Amino acid sequence: MTDAVDPFEAIKVVFFQECDELLGDLETGLLAIQSGSADDETIHAVFRAVHSVKGGAGAFGLDDLVRFAHVFETLLDELRAGRRPCDEPTLNALLRAADVLADHVAAARGQGAPVEPARSAGLVAELEALTHGDVAPVAETVVETVAPLPVEADEFGFKPIAFDLSSLDAPAVAEPSGGWRIVLHPHAQMYAKANETGLLLRELARLGPVAVSLDTSALPDLAEMSPEDAYLSWTIELTGPVDEAAVREVFDFVEADCDLSVRPLDSVATPLPVAQTTPDLDIAALLARATADVPAQPEPAPVVAIPFPTPAPEPVPVAARVQATPTPAATPAPAQAPAAAPTPPAAVTIRVDLERVDRLINVVGELVIQQAMLAQRVTESGLARSSGISVGLEDLELLTREIQDSVMAIRAQPVKSVFQRMPRLVREVGEMTGKRVRLVTAGEDTEVDKTVVERLAEPITHMLRNAIDHGLESPDDRVAAGKPAEGTVKLVALHRSGRIVIEISDDGRGINRERVKGIAAAKGLIADDADLSDEEIDNLIFLPGFSTAETISDVSGRGVGMDVVKRSIQALGGRISIASNPGKGSTFTLSLPLTLAVLDGMVVAAAEQTLVAPLTAIVESLTPRVQDVHHVGGHDAVIRFRDEFVPLIDVALNMGFRDTPVPPSTGVAVVIETEAGFRAALLFDAIQGQRQVVIKSLETNYQQVEGVAAATILGDGRVALILDVDAIVATARRKTTRPELKLAS
Amino acid sequence: MTEQFSTPAAASRELIAFRIGEQEFCVDIMAVREIRGWTPATPLPRSPGFMKGVINLRGAVLPIIDLGVRFGLTTSEPTARHVIMVAHIGGRLVGLLVDAVSDIIQLRDEEVQPTPDVASDHVKAFVKGIFALDGRMISLIELDRILPETEAEAA
Amino acid sequence: MIKTVLTVDDSRTMRDMLMLALVEAGYRVIQAVDGIDGLETLSAEGADVVITDINMPRMDGFGFIEGARADPRYRATPILVLTTESDAVKKQRARDAGATGWIVKPFDPVKLVDAVRRVAA
Repeated sequence: MTDAVDPFEAIKVVFFQECDELLGDLETGLLAIQSGSADDETIHAVFRAVHSVKGGAGAFGLDDLVRFAHVFETLLDELRAGRRPCDEPTLNALLRAADVLADHVAAARGQGAPVEPARSAGLVAELEALTHGDVAPVAETVVETVAPLPVEADEFGFKPIAFDLSSLDAPAVAEPSGGWRIVLHPHAQMYAKANETGLLLRELARLGPVAVSLDTSALPDLAEMSPEDAYLSWTIELTGPVDEAAVREVFDFVEADCDLSVRPLDSVATPLPVAQTTPDLDIAALLARATADVPAQPEPAPVVAIPFPTPAPEPVPVAARVQATPTPAATPAPAQAPAAAPTPPAAVTIRVDLERVDRLINVVGELVIQQAMLAQRVTESGLARSSGISVGLEDLELLTREIQDSVMAIRAQPVKSVFQRMPRLVREVGEMTGKRVRLVTAGEDTEVDKTVVERLAEPITHMLRNAIDHGLESPDDRVAAGKPAEGTVKLVALHRSGRIVIEISDDGRGINRERVKGIAAAKGLIADDADLSDEEIDNLIFLPGFSTAETISDVSGRGVGMDVVKRSIQALGGRISIASNPGKGSTFTLSLPLTLAVLDGMVVAAAEQTLVAPLTAIVESLTPRVQDVHHVGGHDAVIRFRDEFVPLIDVALNMGFRDTPVPPSTGVAVVIETEAGFRAALLFDAIQGQRQVVIKSLETNYQQVEGVAAATILGDGRVALILDVDAIVATARRKTTRPELKLAS
Repeated sequence: MTEQFSTPAAASRELIAFRIGEQEFCVDIMAVREIRGWTPATPLPRSPGFMKGVINLRGAVLPIIDLGVRFGLTTSEPTARHVIMVAHIGGRLVGLLVDAVSDIIQLRDEEVQPTPDVASDHVKAFVKGIFALDGRMISLIELDRILPETEAEAA
Repeated sequence: MIKTVLTVDDSRTMRDMLMLALVEAGYRVIQAVDGIDGLETLSAEGADVVITDINMPRMDGFGFIEGARADPRYRATPILVLTTESDAVKKQRARDAGATGWIVKPFDPVKLVDAVRRVAA
C-alpha cells in the first residue's frame, strides 16, 4: 500500500475490505434474528449493511452486484418498516441471499467465479416474491434497477407570482431566446435550510449577464418584522442564449421553498422600470432609515436597478442577511435535541498499517533483548543490587515489560472474524452431505495475535468439514440411534494456561477405532499386531499418509488430510489432539500460543547448553533425592512427585546433548504438565532464573526441529533454544514405552 | 536470490572464492551478505551432521552449515580461523562455515566447464561447473542445493 | 480562504470517495461516522458545508439535520444529503428536516463539487 497507487483504486481496496465487514455484520444480524437474540436495531443494521454494499458498488460500476443488492435491500426495507413479516421462510431466503451477495462481491473483486445467472436470478425472484407478498414467484425477470428513474418533475411544484401579469401562455420550452426574466420570492423555509439568495444570484450570473432588482415592498416596519420571515423579492433579467433547463437547475434545491417564475424576456409586456435612485443604496441604509423615527410611509417602494457584476466570485452582500439575526423566540425548524443514543458510545478506534505495528513489535523486542543484556553486564560488573544503577535497571525492566504488553495487545484480535465465516460453511457442507447441522459457537471475543488469527481459518474449516462429513451420521441414522435428527457442532475458543484453546466437537458417531487401526495397519503405518491405547488410535488420523482419496470424500478432503492440518498448527507453535467417544461424538482440541512474540520462561542449563522452558507448562521444580527416584526396566526413570510417580526425562540425553545419563540427584527436576494434562519431570543440570524472552522463530531461516519450539537471544548475546515440552515428553514416551510402535516420521 | 546464468548480455559474473581444506570453491557474490569470524553456535538437537547450530546475527537466528561436512570433505572441528559467509538462499538467511575466504573473481560464462567425472559424487551434487584460475581448479557452487530438502519448504 | 466540508457517512468507502473528490477541488475535509459523531464534530470544529448520508447507525441523517438546525450556530450552515435517485420520500423528509440540497448516489464528482459550490457561501 504505497502512495503511488491511484487513489481511486486505493479506495476500491478499502471498499472490498469494508464489504468483508459488512457481509459479516449482515450474517451475524440475520443469525441473531433467526435465533431470537436480536433487538430492534438489528434489522436496521442488516439493512444498512446491504445498503452500504450497494452504495459503494454503484460508485465503482459493479452492475451485477448493484442489481442483486438492490433487490435484497428492497426486501429488507419492507421488513424493517414492518410492512412484511420476518418469518422463517423469509429468513431462510435472506440467509441464502447473503451467501449470494457475498459471492457477487467475491466475483466483483476477482476472487471467485461469476455467480451463475440462474442461481442469482432464482434468488432475485424469490426475494421479489417475498417483497410483494406473492406466493408464487413471478416469471424470471431480471430487475433492472440500475437504470435511473425518470426525473421527478413538478414534485415540489411552484405557483406563478401574482404581480407578474404578463402573457399567460406557457413559456417556450427550452428555447434559447434572448434571455429570461426570473422572479424569485423566497419563503422563510428557504432560509431555514441555509439557502441564500446571494448564492442563487451568483449561479445565475454564471449563465450570462444579469440585471437584478430588489422589491422591498413587502418589508414591514422593523418593529413588526420577524427575522425569520422572508419579505423580499428579486427580479432578475438574464440575457443570453441560455435554455430554461439551465435556469431552473439553479433553483433545484429551492424550488419548493419559494415562488419562482421563469419567463422569456421578450414575452414580458412590462419592461423593468429602470430607476435612477441612489446607486449606493444598500440594505444597511434601508434599515437605518427604517429604524430612524420615521413612520413607515405608504409610498411606492423604491425600485432600484442594481447592476449585478458578472460573474462575481464573491457573493454580494445580500438582502437575505436581513434576517440573519435570529432571535431565540422564533424557531422555524422543530427543535429536536439530538436523541440520546440508547447504544453505548462506540469505542474510538483508528486504523493502523499492520506493517507499522509489526515494526514496532520488532523494535520493542530488540529493546527487551538490549535491556536484558544491559542487566547482565551490570550484574557481571559486580555492582551492588541496591546501587542506583541496579535499581534503575529494575525499573527499566518493569517499564519495558509494560511497553511490550501494550504493544502486543495492539495486535491482539478476537477470533470472531474467523468464527464469522463458519455458519455459512456449515450450511453449505450440511447441504452437500445431506446432514442436518446446527453450529453453536462460543468465545468469539477471545483474543489472539493477529498473525495467529489469520492462520486459524484453514484448520478450523477442515475440522468442521470433517466433523460434519465423517463425524455426524445421516438424519435417519441419528434418529435410529435415538439422537435428534439435527446434529450439533460446537466451536469454542477460550484461554487456558496462557494459551488459546479452540475446541471443535460434534455429537456424532465418534471414531471407529477398529476401522482406523485397520487402515493404519494396511498402510504400514503401524505394525499389524500393535497394541495401542484408545487415545493413540484416535491420534493415528494425524499421521501423514493416513488419509487418501478413498477416505477423503469430496467434501472434507479436497486433497487435504489431518496431517496437513496438524502441520499447519504446529507451524504456529501449536498442537492438536483428539478425544473421541464412540457413538457420542468427538472433540478436536487445538492449542496455540497467544502470541508468537514473547514468552515467560525458566532458563535452565543442561550439558553446557542453556535452554528455556515455558513457564506456563511448569508445575513445580524440585531437587531429586536418591530415594525418590526409581528405575523401571532399564533406562526409564520415575520420580516421586507429591502422591504420584511421574516419568523423569533426562533432557540432555533426550535431545542428544549428552550420550550418557547423569545421576538425577546431581541435577534439578522440573515438573511439567503437557497440553493433554500428562505430567512428567524434566531433569536439568541447574536452574538459572526466570525471564521473559523474545521468541525468535527457527522456521524463518531454517526449519522446525523436534523438541524445540523456538529460539531466543539471551543477555549474553547467545542463542538459547526454547523447549517444546510436549514434544520432548512425546519422544521420550515413544522411545521407551512402545518400542514396537513405528511411526512414520 | 538465484544466480543469473542466462543473461545474454552479461558475459561475466562476480564470484567470491573460499577454501575448505585443500579445495577451492566459489559462489555468486550477490548472494553473500557479509563475512564474519566464527562464533560458537548453539547446537540443534536431532540435526544432520552439517548443521553446526544457530548463532545470533544482530537479533536474527542464523543457522550455520558446515560446508566441509556438507560436501563430505572433512569433519574437523571449527577453530577460530574459520569463517562464516552469511548468504541469502531461497528466501532464508544462512551462515556457511568455511576455512577461509580468498578472492573476488570476475568470471566469464565461457570459462566455466562442466564438472568432470573425477569429482566425488557427493560434491558433484552441489557443483555447477569448474574453471581454472592461475593454475588452481575452482568449483562453482550451486547455493540452492546446499539447504536440505525439508518438509518446511513444502508447507 | 479554504472552505471546510464535513462529511458524515458510516461507510468508509463513501467517506474516502467524498474526500478524494472534495480535496481535489480544493476543499478541506473533516469526517464523521454517524449523526452523533457529526454533531459533535460540527460543534468542535465547525464547517462551511456538511454532506451527510441518511442511513447510519446510532443517529441517522434526519436526526443529524434536525439536530444541526436546532442549534442556532448551524441554522445557516448548508447541509447536503446523499440520497438515491429513486427515494423521493426520503428526499422530502430530509428537506423537511432542513436539508439545503441533495446529491444523488452514486455521485458524479463533478456534480458533487458543483453542488457544494452552489451552496457554500
